[in-house]
Amino acid sequence: MDIYHQTLAELCVGLEKGDFTSVELTQSLLDRVAVEDKRLNSFITITATEALAAAASADEARANGNTGALNGLPIVHKDIFCTKGVKTTCGSKMLDNFISPYSATVVKKIANAGAVVLGKCNMDEFAMGSSNETSFFGPVRNPWNLECTPGGSSGGSAASVAARLVPAATGTDTGGSIRQPAALTGTVGLKPTYGRVSRYGMIAFASSLDQAGMITRSVEDAARMLGVMAGFDKRDSTSINQAVPDYLASIGKSIKGLRIGIARQHFDEGLDERTRTKVKDAISVLESMGATTIEIDLPNINLSVPTYYVVAPAECSSNLSRFDGVRFGYRAENAEDLLDLYCRSRGEGFGDEVKRRIMTGAYVLSAGYYDAYYIKAQQVRQLIADDFKEAFFNVDLIVGPTTPSPAFKLGDKVDDPIQMYLNDIYTVGANLAGLPAMSIPCGFVNDMPVGLHLVGPHFGEEVLLRCGHQYQQETDWHMACPEAFK
Amino acid sequence: MSLNKNQAQHIAMLARLKLSDDEYAESVEKLSKIIDFVDQLSAVDTTDIIPMAHPLAAAQRLRPDDVTEVDNRDHYQQNANEVVDGLYLVPKVLE
Repeated sequence: MDIYHQTLAELCVGLEKGDFTSVELTQSLLDRVAVEDKRLNSFITITATEALAAAASADEARANGNTGALNGLPIVHKDIFCTKGVKTTCGSKMLDNFISPYSATVVKKIANAGAVVLGKCNMDEFAMGSSNETSFFGPVRNPWNLECTPGGSSGGSAASVAARLVPAATGTDTGGSIRQPAALTGTVGLKPTYGRVSRYGMIAFASSLDQAGMITRSVEDAARMLGVMAGFDKRDSTSINQAVPDYLASIGKSIKGLRIGIARQHFDEGLDERTRTKVKDAISVLESMGATTIEIDLPNINLSVPTYYVVAPAECSSNLSRFDGVRFGYRAENAEDLLDLYCRSRGEGFGDEVKRRIMTGAYVLSAGYYDAYYIKAQQVRQLIADDFKEAFFNVDLIVGPTTPSPAFKLGDKVDDPIQMYLNDIYTVGANLAGLPAMSIPCGFVNDMPVGLHLVGPHFGEEVLLRCGHQYQQETDWHMACPEAFK
Repeated sequence: MSLNKNQAQHIAMLARLKLSDDEYAESVEKLSKIIDFVDQLSAVDTTDIIPMAHPLAAAQRLRPDDVTEVDNRDHYQQNANEVVDGLYLVPKVLE
Protein backbone atom coordinates (compact mmCIF):
# COMPACT_ATOMS: atom_id res chain seq x y z
CA MET A 1 0.00 0.00 0.00
CA ASP A 2 1.28 3.45 -0.90
CA ILE A 3 2.48 5.29 2.13
CA TYR A 4 -0.04 8.13 1.78
CA HIS A 5 -3.00 5.74 2.12
CA GLN A 6 -1.94 4.73 5.61
CA THR A 7 -3.63 5.90 8.80
CA LEU A 8 -1.70 7.20 11.82
CA ALA A 9 -1.97 3.75 13.40
CA GLU A 10 -0.54 2.05 10.30
CA LEU A 11 2.22 4.61 9.86
CA CYS A 12 3.15 4.17 13.49
CA VAL A 13 3.70 0.45 12.92
CA GLY A 14 5.79 1.16 9.80
CA LEU A 15 8.00 3.63 11.68
CA GLU A 16 8.35 1.24 14.60
CA LYS A 17 9.39 -1.64 12.32
CA GLY A 18 11.81 0.59 10.44
CA ASP A 19 10.04 0.16 7.08
CA PHE A 20 10.62 3.88 6.54
CA THR A 21 11.89 6.84 8.52
CA SER A 22 9.91 9.91 9.45
CA VAL A 23 12.15 11.98 7.16
CA GLU A 24 11.28 9.69 4.22
CA LEU A 25 7.59 9.77 5.11
CA THR A 26 7.58 13.55 5.53
CA GLN A 27 9.41 14.16 2.26
CA SER A 28 7.06 11.86 0.41
CA LEU A 29 3.97 13.67 1.73
CA LEU A 30 5.49 17.10 1.10
CA ASP A 31 6.10 16.04 -2.50
CA ARG A 32 2.50 14.86 -2.77
CA VAL A 33 1.16 18.11 -1.28
CA ALA A 34 3.24 20.18 -3.73
CA VAL A 35 1.60 18.43 -6.69
CA GLU A 36 -1.90 17.51 -5.56
CA ASP A 37 -2.85 20.56 -3.52
CA LYS A 38 -2.89 22.65 -6.69
CA ARG A 39 -6.29 21.07 -7.32
CA LEU A 40 -7.60 21.54 -3.78
CA ASN A 41 -6.15 24.75 -2.27
CA SER A 42 -6.27 23.09 1.15
CA PHE A 43 -3.01 24.63 2.43
CA ILE A 44 -2.33 28.29 3.19
CA THR A 45 1.25 27.74 4.36
CA ILE A 46 3.56 24.77 3.83
CA THR A 47 6.25 24.48 6.49
CA ALA A 48 8.62 22.11 4.68
CA THR A 49 11.87 23.16 6.41
CA GLU A 50 10.38 22.98 9.91
CA ALA A 51 8.69 19.67 9.06
CA LEU A 52 11.88 17.99 7.86
CA ALA A 53 13.76 19.21 10.94
CA ALA A 54 11.00 17.86 13.22
CA ALA A 55 11.06 14.55 11.31
CA ALA A 56 14.84 14.25 11.79
CA SER A 57 14.40 14.88 15.53
CA ALA A 58 11.62 12.29 15.68
CA ASP A 59 13.83 9.70 13.96
CA GLU A 60 16.61 10.45 16.41
CA ALA A 61 14.20 10.19 19.37
CA ARG A 62 12.97 6.83 18.07
CA ALA A 63 16.54 5.56 17.71
CA ASN A 64 17.04 6.49 21.37
CA GLY A 65 13.92 4.58 22.34
CA ASN A 66 12.10 7.78 23.21
CA THR A 67 8.75 7.95 21.38
CA GLY A 68 5.65 10.08 21.96
CA ALA A 69 2.16 9.06 20.85
CA LEU A 70 2.59 10.90 17.53
CA ASN A 71 6.34 10.47 17.11
CA GLY A 72 7.34 11.12 13.51
CA LEU A 73 3.72 11.21 12.30
CA PRO A 74 2.73 13.99 9.87
CA ILE A 75 -0.22 16.24 10.65
CA VAL A 76 -1.48 19.69 9.63
CA HIS A 77 -2.99 22.46 11.72
CA LYS A 78 -6.02 24.51 10.82
CA ASP A 79 -4.66 28.04 10.35
CA ILE A 80 -6.60 29.22 13.41
CA PHE A 81 -3.98 27.79 15.80
CA CYS A 82 -1.22 30.23 16.66
CA THR A 83 2.12 28.68 15.72
CA LYS A 84 5.24 30.43 16.95
CA GLY A 85 7.32 31.91 14.15
CA VAL A 86 4.84 30.80 11.48
CA LYS A 87 2.27 32.89 9.61
CA THR A 88 -1.13 32.37 11.25
CA THR A 89 -3.87 33.96 9.12
CA CYS A 90 -7.22 32.54 10.31
CA GLY A 91 -8.15 32.67 6.62
CA SER A 92 -8.25 36.47 6.70
CA LYS A 93 -6.61 39.43 5.00
CA MET A 94 -6.62 40.92 8.50
CA LEU A 95 -3.91 38.47 9.60
CA ASP A 96 -2.16 37.90 6.27
CA ASN A 97 0.97 39.52 7.74
CA PHE A 98 0.73 37.99 11.24
CA ILE A 99 3.66 35.88 12.42
CA SER A 100 2.52 34.40 15.71
CA PRO A 101 4.84 35.24 18.61
CA TYR A 102 3.65 32.17 20.58
CA SER A 103 2.14 28.72 20.09
CA ALA A 104 -1.33 27.49 21.04
CA THR A 105 -1.46 24.81 23.73
CA VAL A 106 -2.77 22.35 21.12
CA VAL A 107 0.22 23.13 18.89
CA LYS A 108 2.64 22.61 21.79
CA LYS A 109 1.04 19.35 22.93
CA ILE A 110 1.09 17.90 19.43
CA ALA A 111 4.72 18.98 18.97
CA ASN A 112 5.65 17.47 22.34
CA ALA A 113 4.10 14.18 21.25
CA GLY A 114 6.62 14.14 18.39
CA ALA A 115 4.33 15.03 15.47
CA VAL A 116 5.65 16.56 12.25
CA VAL A 117 3.59 19.57 11.13
CA LEU A 118 3.49 19.91 7.32
CA GLY A 119 1.71 23.26 7.31
CA LYS A 120 -1.35 25.34 8.02
CA CYS A 121 -4.71 24.58 6.45
CA ASN A 122 -7.16 26.81 4.64
CA MET A 123 -10.44 27.67 6.37
CA ASP A 124 -13.40 30.02 6.25
CA GLU A 125 -12.37 33.48 7.41
CA PHE A 126 -12.23 33.49 11.23
CA ALA A 127 -14.01 30.11 11.06
CA MET A 128 -17.22 31.80 9.91
CA GLY A 129 -18.70 29.79 7.08
CA SER A 130 -19.92 26.35 6.08
CA SER A 131 -18.36 26.06 2.62
CA ASN A 132 -14.80 27.43 2.90
CA GLU A 133 -15.83 30.13 0.42
CA THR A 134 -15.28 33.00 2.88
CA SER A 135 -11.51 32.39 3.01
CA PHE A 136 -9.33 35.30 1.85
CA PHE A 137 -7.14 32.63 0.24
CA GLY A 138 -9.91 31.26 -1.96
CA PRO A 139 -12.21 28.27 -1.58
CA VAL A 140 -11.01 24.73 -0.94
CA ARG A 141 -12.32 22.07 -3.28
CA ASN A 142 -13.86 18.74 -2.33
CA PRO A 143 -11.61 15.80 -3.37
CA TRP A 144 -14.72 13.75 -4.22
CA ASN A 145 -15.90 16.34 -6.75
CA LEU A 146 -13.75 19.39 -7.40
CA GLU A 147 -16.82 21.51 -8.22
CA CYS A 148 -18.22 20.93 -4.74
CA THR A 149 -17.45 22.47 -1.38
CA PRO A 150 -15.58 20.39 1.20
CA GLY A 151 -17.70 22.15 3.85
CA GLY A 152 -16.40 24.54 6.44
CA SER A 153 -15.04 26.09 8.33
CA SER A 154 -12.33 23.39 8.69
CA GLY A 155 -12.54 22.75 4.93
CA GLY A 156 -8.80 22.62 4.30
CA SER A 157 -8.29 20.17 7.15
CA ALA A 158 -11.04 17.87 5.83
CA ALA A 159 -10.01 18.07 2.17
CA SER A 160 -6.33 17.38 2.89
CA VAL A 161 -7.18 14.31 4.99
CA ALA A 162 -9.78 13.01 2.49
CA ALA A 163 -7.34 13.41 -0.44
CA ARG A 164 -4.62 11.52 1.40
CA LEU A 165 -2.28 14.52 1.58
CA VAL A 166 -1.93 13.96 5.31
CA PRO A 167 -3.38 11.37 7.72
CA ALA A 168 -4.70 13.79 10.34
CA ALA A 169 -5.48 17.46 10.84
CA THR A 170 -6.56 19.67 13.71
CA GLY A 171 -9.78 21.61 13.40
CA THR A 172 -12.13 23.77 15.42
CA ASP A 173 -15.88 23.52 15.79
CA THR A 174 -18.15 26.37 16.88
CA GLY A 175 -21.37 25.23 15.20
CA GLY A 176 -20.29 22.19 13.18
CA SER A 177 -17.01 23.35 11.64
CA ILE A 178 -15.27 19.99 12.19
CA ARG A 179 -18.21 17.62 11.75
CA GLN A 180 -19.87 19.15 8.67
CA PRO A 181 -16.67 19.13 6.54
CA ALA A 182 -15.88 15.63 7.83
CA ALA A 183 -19.32 14.48 6.66
CA LEU A 184 -18.95 16.16 3.27
CA THR A 185 -15.51 14.64 2.63
CA GLY A 186 -15.98 11.12 4.03
CA THR A 187 -13.64 11.64 6.98
CA VAL A 188 -13.93 11.32 10.76
CA GLY A 189 -14.42 14.57 12.67
CA LEU A 190 -14.61 14.84 16.46
CA LYS A 191 -15.61 17.88 18.48
CA PRO A 192 -14.86 17.12 22.13
CA THR A 193 -16.80 18.36 25.18
CA TYR A 194 -16.56 22.13 25.73
CA GLY A 195 -13.48 22.65 27.91
CA ARG A 196 -11.92 19.24 27.14
CA VAL A 197 -9.22 20.69 24.85
CA SER A 198 -7.53 24.02 25.58
CA ARG A 199 -8.60 27.07 23.58
CA TYR A 200 -5.40 28.96 24.45
CA GLY A 201 -3.85 30.26 21.23
CA MET A 202 -6.83 29.24 19.15
CA ILE A 203 -8.06 32.47 17.57
CA ALA A 204 -11.42 33.12 19.23
CA PHE A 205 -14.69 33.27 17.32
CA ALA A 206 -17.44 32.52 19.88
CA SER A 207 -15.80 31.65 23.17
CA SER A 208 -18.71 29.82 24.82
CA LEU A 209 -19.00 27.51 21.79
CA ASP A 210 -15.48 27.12 20.33
CA GLN A 211 -13.75 23.78 20.82
CA ALA A 212 -10.70 22.22 19.18
CA GLY A 213 -10.80 18.75 17.72
CA MET A 214 -9.45 16.75 14.81
CA ILE A 215 -10.19 15.27 11.41
CA THR A 216 -8.79 11.82 10.66
CA ARG A 217 -9.62 8.85 8.45
CA SER A 218 -10.31 6.36 11.24
CA VAL A 219 -11.96 6.67 14.63
CA GLU A 220 -8.94 4.93 16.11
CA ASP A 221 -6.75 7.81 14.90
CA ALA A 222 -9.18 10.33 16.39
CA ALA A 223 -8.79 8.55 19.75
CA ARG A 224 -5.01 8.77 19.43
CA MET A 225 -5.13 12.49 18.62
CA LEU A 226 -7.60 13.27 21.42
CA GLY A 227 -5.36 11.56 23.97
CA VAL A 228 -2.62 14.02 23.00
CA MET A 229 -4.77 17.15 22.69
CA ALA A 230 -7.07 16.84 25.72
CA GLY A 231 -6.34 18.01 29.23
CA PHE A 232 -6.48 20.88 31.67
CA ASP A 233 -4.71 24.12 30.78
CA LYS A 234 -4.37 26.91 33.29
CA ARG A 235 -4.02 29.35 30.38
CA ASP A 236 -7.62 28.73 29.29
CA SER A 237 -10.06 29.98 31.92
CA THR A 238 -12.80 27.65 30.64
CA SER A 239 -10.59 24.54 30.53
CA ILE A 240 -12.07 21.78 32.70
CA ASN A 241 -9.79 20.08 35.20
CA GLN A 242 -10.67 16.44 34.66
CA ALA A 243 -8.38 13.44 34.10
CA VAL A 244 -7.85 12.34 30.48
CA PRO A 245 -8.82 8.68 30.00
CA ASP A 246 -6.82 6.32 27.78
CA TYR A 247 -9.13 6.69 24.77
CA LEU A 248 -7.38 3.95 22.77
CA ALA A 249 -7.84 1.43 25.58
CA SER A 250 -11.64 1.41 25.50
CA ILE A 251 -12.43 1.56 21.77
CA GLY A 252 -12.09 -2.20 21.36
CA LYS A 253 -15.01 -3.03 23.64
CA SER A 254 -18.29 -4.31 22.18
CA ILE A 255 -21.31 -2.02 21.85
CA LYS A 256 -23.68 -4.76 22.93
CA GLY A 257 -26.40 -3.22 25.08
CA LEU A 258 -25.48 0.35 24.13
CA ARG A 259 -28.62 2.52 24.21
CA ILE A 260 -28.84 4.73 21.14
CA GLY A 261 -31.30 7.62 21.07
CA ILE A 262 -33.04 8.50 17.82
CA ALA A 263 -34.68 11.92 17.76
CA ARG A 264 -37.55 12.31 15.31
CA GLN A 265 -36.56 15.97 14.87
CA HIS A 266 -33.34 14.76 13.19
CA PHE A 267 -35.33 13.00 10.46
CA ASP A 268 -37.87 15.66 9.55
CA GLU A 269 -38.73 17.02 6.10
CA GLY A 270 -35.52 19.06 5.83
CA LEU A 271 -33.47 15.86 5.40
CA ASP A 272 -32.56 14.64 1.92
CA GLU A 273 -34.34 11.33 1.28
CA ARG A 274 -31.27 9.36 0.17
CA THR A 275 -29.21 10.70 3.07
CA ARG A 276 -31.98 9.51 5.40
CA THR A 277 -31.74 6.00 3.94
CA LYS A 278 -27.96 5.87 4.46
CA VAL A 279 -28.27 7.03 8.06
CA LYS A 280 -31.06 4.52 8.77
CA ASP A 281 -28.89 1.76 7.24
CA ALA A 282 -26.03 2.72 9.58
CA ILE A 283 -28.37 2.59 12.58
CA SER A 284 -29.45 -0.91 11.49
CA VAL A 285 -25.78 -1.95 11.43
CA LEU A 286 -25.37 -0.67 15.01
CA GLU A 287 -28.50 -2.61 16.02
CA SER A 288 -27.15 -5.76 14.39
CA MET A 289 -24.05 -5.32 16.57
CA GLY A 290 -26.13 -5.42 19.73
CA ALA A 291 -27.05 -1.78 20.32
CA THR A 292 -30.65 -0.96 21.13
CA THR A 293 -32.45 2.10 19.77
CA ILE A 294 -34.79 4.25 21.79
CA GLU A 295 -36.95 7.05 20.41
CA ILE A 296 -36.22 10.35 22.10
CA ASP A 297 -37.62 13.85 21.85
CA LEU A 298 -35.58 17.04 21.50
CA PRO A 299 -38.54 19.44 21.35
CA ASN A 300 -36.50 22.66 21.10
CA ILE A 301 -33.73 21.46 18.77
CA ASN A 302 -35.28 23.22 15.76
CA LEU A 303 -34.57 26.51 17.53
CA SER A 304 -30.86 25.75 17.70
CA VAL A 305 -29.89 27.53 14.46
CA PRO A 306 -31.64 30.85 15.29
CA THR A 307 -30.28 30.62 18.86
CA TYR A 308 -26.78 30.04 17.52
CA TYR A 309 -27.06 32.97 15.11
CA VAL A 310 -27.66 35.30 18.04
CA VAL A 311 -25.12 33.89 20.50
CA ALA A 312 -22.26 33.28 18.06
CA PRO A 313 -22.35 36.69 16.31
CA ALA A 314 -22.67 38.44 19.69
CA GLU A 315 -19.53 36.74 20.97
CA CYS A 316 -17.79 37.25 17.62
CA SER A 317 -18.46 40.99 17.63
CA SER A 318 -16.83 41.17 21.04
CA ASN A 319 -13.88 38.87 20.27
CA LEU A 320 -13.06 40.52 16.94
CA SER A 321 -12.95 44.00 18.46
CA ARG A 322 -9.26 43.29 19.14
CA PHE A 323 -8.48 43.77 15.45
CA ASP A 324 -7.94 47.49 15.39
CA GLY A 325 -5.03 48.03 13.00
CA VAL A 326 -2.79 49.21 15.84
CA ARG A 327 -1.04 46.34 17.61
CA PHE A 328 -1.03 43.69 14.88
CA GLY A 329 -2.87 42.75 11.72
CA TYR A 330 -3.96 44.74 8.69
CA ARG A 331 -3.73 48.53 8.90
CA ALA A 332 -5.40 50.94 6.45
CA GLU A 333 -3.12 53.56 4.91
CA ASN A 334 -3.35 57.36 5.29
CA ALA A 335 -5.91 57.37 8.09
CA GLU A 336 -7.36 60.82 8.84
CA ASP A 337 -7.72 60.16 12.55
CA LEU A 338 -7.91 57.31 15.04
CA LEU A 339 -11.57 56.50 14.33
CA ASP A 340 -10.89 56.43 10.60
CA LEU A 341 -7.95 54.11 11.25
CA TYR A 342 -10.15 51.67 13.20
CA CYS A 343 -13.09 51.78 10.78
CA ARG A 344 -11.07 51.50 7.58
CA SER A 345 -8.64 48.87 8.87
CA ARG A 346 -11.60 46.71 9.88
CA GLY A 347 -13.69 47.56 6.81
CA GLU A 348 -10.82 46.67 4.46
CA GLY A 349 -9.31 43.82 6.51
CA PHE A 350 -12.46 41.75 7.11
CA GLY A 351 -14.43 39.93 4.42
CA ASP A 352 -18.21 40.18 3.84
CA GLU A 353 -19.38 37.29 6.01
CA VAL A 354 -17.21 38.34 8.96
CA LYS A 355 -18.50 41.91 8.71
CA ARG A 356 -22.06 40.58 8.54
CA ARG A 357 -21.59 38.53 11.70
CA ILE A 358 -19.91 41.39 13.56
CA MET A 359 -22.83 43.66 12.62
CA THR A 360 -25.42 41.04 13.61
CA GLY A 361 -23.62 40.74 16.94
CA ALA A 362 -23.41 44.49 17.44
CA TYR A 363 -27.13 44.74 16.70
CA VAL A 364 -28.29 42.01 19.12
CA LEU A 365 -26.09 43.45 21.87
CA SER A 366 -27.05 47.08 21.27
CA ALA A 367 -29.11 49.18 23.68
CA GLY A 368 -32.79 48.27 23.50
CA TYR A 369 -32.22 44.91 21.81
CA TYR A 370 -30.01 43.06 24.29
CA ASP A 371 -32.87 41.49 26.28
CA ALA A 372 -35.00 40.71 23.24
CA TYR A 373 -32.21 38.90 21.40
CA TYR A 374 -29.16 37.99 23.46
CA ILE A 375 -30.82 37.18 26.80
CA LYS A 376 -33.69 35.46 24.98
CA ALA A 377 -31.24 33.30 23.00
CA GLN A 378 -29.35 32.32 26.16
CA GLN A 379 -32.67 31.26 27.69
CA VAL A 380 -33.61 29.16 24.66
CA ARG A 381 -30.09 27.75 24.74
CA GLN A 382 -30.79 26.55 28.28
CA LEU A 383 -33.99 24.86 27.09
CA ILE A 384 -32.06 23.09 24.32
CA ALA A 385 -29.39 21.94 26.79
CA ASP A 386 -32.12 20.71 29.18
CA ASP A 387 -33.65 18.61 26.38
CA PHE A 388 -30.31 16.85 25.85
CA LYS A 389 -29.86 16.35 29.59
CA GLU A 390 -33.29 14.75 29.82
CA ALA A 391 -32.51 12.48 26.84
CA PHE A 392 -29.23 11.28 28.35
CA PHE A 393 -31.09 9.88 31.38
CA ASN A 394 -32.29 7.12 29.06
CA VAL A 395 -29.67 6.77 26.33
CA ASP A 396 -25.86 6.53 26.08
CA LEU A 397 -25.60 8.49 22.86
CA ILE A 398 -27.77 10.10 20.18
CA VAL A 399 -27.35 9.16 16.50
CA GLY A 400 -28.60 10.92 13.37
CA PRO A 401 -27.41 12.63 10.17
CA THR A 402 -24.56 15.16 10.35
CA THR A 403 -25.87 17.31 7.50
CA PRO A 404 -29.22 17.61 5.67
CA SER A 405 -27.62 16.62 2.34
CA PRO A 406 -24.25 15.75 0.79
CA ALA A 407 -21.79 18.41 -0.45
CA PHE A 408 -23.28 21.19 -2.57
CA LYS A 409 -21.64 23.01 -5.47
CA LEU A 410 -19.30 25.91 -4.79
CA GLY A 411 -21.25 29.13 -5.33
CA ASP A 412 -24.68 27.54 -4.74
CA LYS A 413 -25.44 29.05 -1.33
CA VAL A 414 -22.94 31.86 -1.13
CA ASP A 415 -25.56 34.59 -1.68
CA ASP A 416 -28.09 33.30 0.82
CA PRO A 417 -26.82 33.39 4.41
CA ILE A 418 -29.91 31.65 5.83
CA GLN A 419 -29.56 28.64 3.48
CA MET A 420 -25.87 28.48 4.38
CA TYR A 421 -26.65 28.68 8.11
CA LEU A 422 -29.18 25.83 7.86
CA ASN A 423 -26.34 23.46 6.96
CA ASP A 424 -25.59 23.44 10.67
CA ILE A 425 -29.08 22.37 11.71
CA TYR A 426 -28.05 18.97 13.11
CA THR A 427 -24.67 20.02 14.51
CA VAL A 428 -25.14 23.31 16.44
CA GLY A 429 -27.15 21.73 19.26
CA ALA A 430 -24.01 19.97 20.56
CA ASN A 431 -22.13 23.30 20.65
CA LEU A 432 -24.94 25.13 22.43
CA ALA A 433 -25.08 22.39 25.07
CA GLY A 434 -21.28 21.86 25.21
CA LEU A 435 -21.59 18.16 24.28
CA PRO A 436 -19.02 15.97 22.50
CA ALA A 437 -20.04 14.93 18.99
CA MET A 438 -18.50 13.12 16.05
CA SER A 439 -19.21 12.54 12.36
CA ILE A 440 -18.16 9.28 10.70
CA PRO A 441 -18.62 8.18 7.07
CA CYS A 442 -21.68 5.94 6.51
CA GLY A 443 -22.12 5.68 2.75
CA PHE A 444 -22.49 7.64 -0.48
CA VAL A 445 -25.24 9.47 -2.33
CA ASN A 446 -24.40 10.17 -5.98
CA ASP A 447 -20.76 9.31 -5.22
CA MET A 448 -20.63 11.95 -2.48
CA PRO A 449 -20.01 10.94 1.16
CA VAL A 450 -22.68 10.94 3.86
CA GLY A 451 -21.90 11.47 7.56
CA LEU A 452 -23.38 9.73 10.60
CA HIS A 453 -23.59 12.06 13.61
CA LEU A 454 -23.03 10.75 17.14
CA VAL A 455 -23.63 12.98 20.16
CA GLY A 456 -22.65 11.97 23.70
CA PRO A 457 -23.17 13.34 27.20
CA HIS A 458 -20.56 15.71 28.69
CA PHE A 459 -17.16 13.95 28.75
CA GLY A 460 -18.69 11.00 26.88
CA GLU A 461 -15.94 10.93 24.23
CA GLU A 462 -15.13 7.31 25.11
CA VAL A 463 -18.59 6.06 24.20
CA LEU A 464 -18.55 8.01 20.90
CA LEU A 465 -15.13 6.64 19.99
CA ARG A 466 -16.03 3.09 20.99
CA CYS A 467 -19.28 3.14 18.99
CA GLY A 468 -17.55 4.73 15.98
CA HIS A 469 -14.58 2.36 16.07
CA GLN A 470 -16.80 -0.70 16.39
CA TYR A 471 -18.91 0.54 13.45
CA GLN A 472 -15.69 0.87 11.40
CA GLN A 473 -14.83 -2.75 12.21
CA GLU A 474 -18.10 -3.79 10.51
CA THR A 475 -18.07 -1.33 7.60
CA ASP A 476 -15.47 0.05 5.20
CA TRP A 477 -16.93 3.43 4.19
CA HIS A 478 -13.98 5.15 5.89
CA MET A 479 -11.53 3.27 3.68
CA ALA A 480 -12.89 4.73 0.44
CA CYS A 481 -10.51 7.05 -1.39
CA PRO A 482 -11.59 9.69 -3.92
CA GLU A 483 -10.87 8.35 -7.42
CA ALA A 484 -8.93 11.48 -8.43
CA PHE A 485 -6.50 11.08 -5.52
CA LYS A 486 -5.83 7.32 -5.52
CA MET B 1 -38.51 43.48 10.87
CA SER B 2 -36.41 45.05 8.23
CA LEU B 3 -33.58 47.44 8.86
CA ASN B 4 -33.14 50.74 7.07
CA LYS B 5 -29.90 52.31 5.92
CA ASN B 6 -29.70 54.60 8.97
CA GLN B 7 -29.88 51.63 11.31
CA ALA B 8 -27.24 49.79 9.28
CA GLN B 9 -24.99 52.84 9.50
CA HIS B 10 -25.51 53.03 13.25
CA ILE B 11 -24.64 49.34 13.67
CA ALA B 12 -21.58 49.71 11.44
CA MET B 13 -20.39 52.62 13.57
CA LEU B 14 -20.91 50.63 16.78
CA ALA B 15 -18.85 47.85 15.18
CA ARG B 16 -16.21 50.31 13.90
CA LEU B 17 -16.62 49.15 10.30
CA LYS B 18 -16.40 51.46 7.31
CA LEU B 19 -18.58 50.11 4.50
CA SER B 20 -18.99 51.22 0.90
CA ASP B 21 -22.41 52.23 -0.46
CA ASP B 22 -22.74 48.85 -2.18
CA GLU B 23 -21.89 47.11 1.06
CA TYR B 24 -24.60 49.10 2.88
CA ALA B 25 -27.21 48.07 0.34
CA GLU B 26 -26.24 44.43 0.73
CA SER B 27 -25.99 44.67 4.52
CA VAL B 28 -29.48 46.11 4.83
CA GLU B 29 -30.91 43.27 2.78
CA LYS B 30 -28.98 40.40 4.33
CA LEU B 31 -29.03 41.64 7.93
CA SER B 32 -32.78 42.09 7.66
CA LYS B 33 -33.12 38.46 6.58
CA ILE B 34 -30.94 37.31 9.47
CA ILE B 35 -32.87 39.40 12.01
CA ASP B 36 -36.17 38.05 10.65
CA PHE B 37 -34.78 34.53 10.94
CA VAL B 38 -33.68 34.88 14.57
CA ASP B 39 -36.93 36.67 15.44
CA GLN B 40 -38.65 33.28 15.67
CA LEU B 41 -37.11 33.03 19.14
CA SER B 42 -39.52 35.71 20.35
CA ALA B 43 -42.39 33.21 20.15
CA VAL B 44 -40.77 30.84 22.67
CA ASP B 45 -42.06 30.89 26.24
CA THR B 46 -38.98 31.38 28.43
CA THR B 47 -40.72 32.51 31.61
CA ASP B 48 -38.53 31.76 34.66
CA ILE B 49 -35.73 30.27 32.52
CA ILE B 50 -32.32 31.46 33.70
CA PRO B 51 -30.17 32.49 30.71
CA MET B 52 -27.29 30.07 30.23
CA ALA B 53 -23.95 31.45 31.38
CA HIS B 54 -21.74 28.38 30.77
CA PRO B 55 -22.53 25.18 28.84
CA LEU B 56 -21.23 22.98 31.68
CA ALA B 57 -22.63 25.21 34.44
CA ALA B 58 -19.04 25.66 35.61
CA ALA B 59 -17.85 28.70 37.53
CA GLN B 60 -15.06 30.92 36.26
CA ARG B 61 -11.77 29.85 37.80
CA LEU B 62 -9.74 32.40 39.76
CA ARG B 63 -6.02 32.44 40.42
CA PRO B 64 -3.85 34.34 42.89
CA ASP B 65 -3.01 37.83 41.65
CA ASP B 66 0.69 37.09 41.09
CA VAL B 67 2.95 38.12 38.25
CA THR B 68 3.29 34.99 36.10
CA GLU B 69 4.29 36.29 32.68
CA VAL B 70 7.62 37.67 31.58
CA ASP B 71 7.92 40.86 29.53
CA ASN B 72 7.86 40.00 25.81
CA ARG B 73 6.99 43.46 24.54
CA ASP B 74 9.72 43.76 21.93
CA HIS B 75 8.88 40.33 20.56
CA TYR B 76 5.14 41.06 20.40
CA GLN B 77 5.67 44.45 18.80
CA GLN B 78 7.33 42.85 15.80
CA ASN B 79 3.80 42.41 14.44
CA ALA B 80 2.89 46.08 14.90
CA ASN B 81 2.72 48.48 11.98
CA GLU B 82 4.32 51.47 13.67
CA VAL B 83 6.31 51.42 16.88
CA VAL B 84 8.66 54.01 18.38
CA ASP B 85 10.50 53.50 21.68
CA GLY B 86 8.22 50.61 22.57
CA LEU B 87 5.05 52.65 21.94
CA TYR B 88 2.39 51.92 19.33
CA LEU B 89 1.88 54.87 17.01
CA VAL B 90 -1.60 55.99 15.96
CA PRO B 91 -2.89 59.15 14.24
CA LYS B 92 -2.85 62.21 16.46
CA VAL B 93 -5.70 62.20 19.01
CA LEU B 94 -5.12 65.56 20.76
CA GLU B 95 -4.29 68.82 19.02
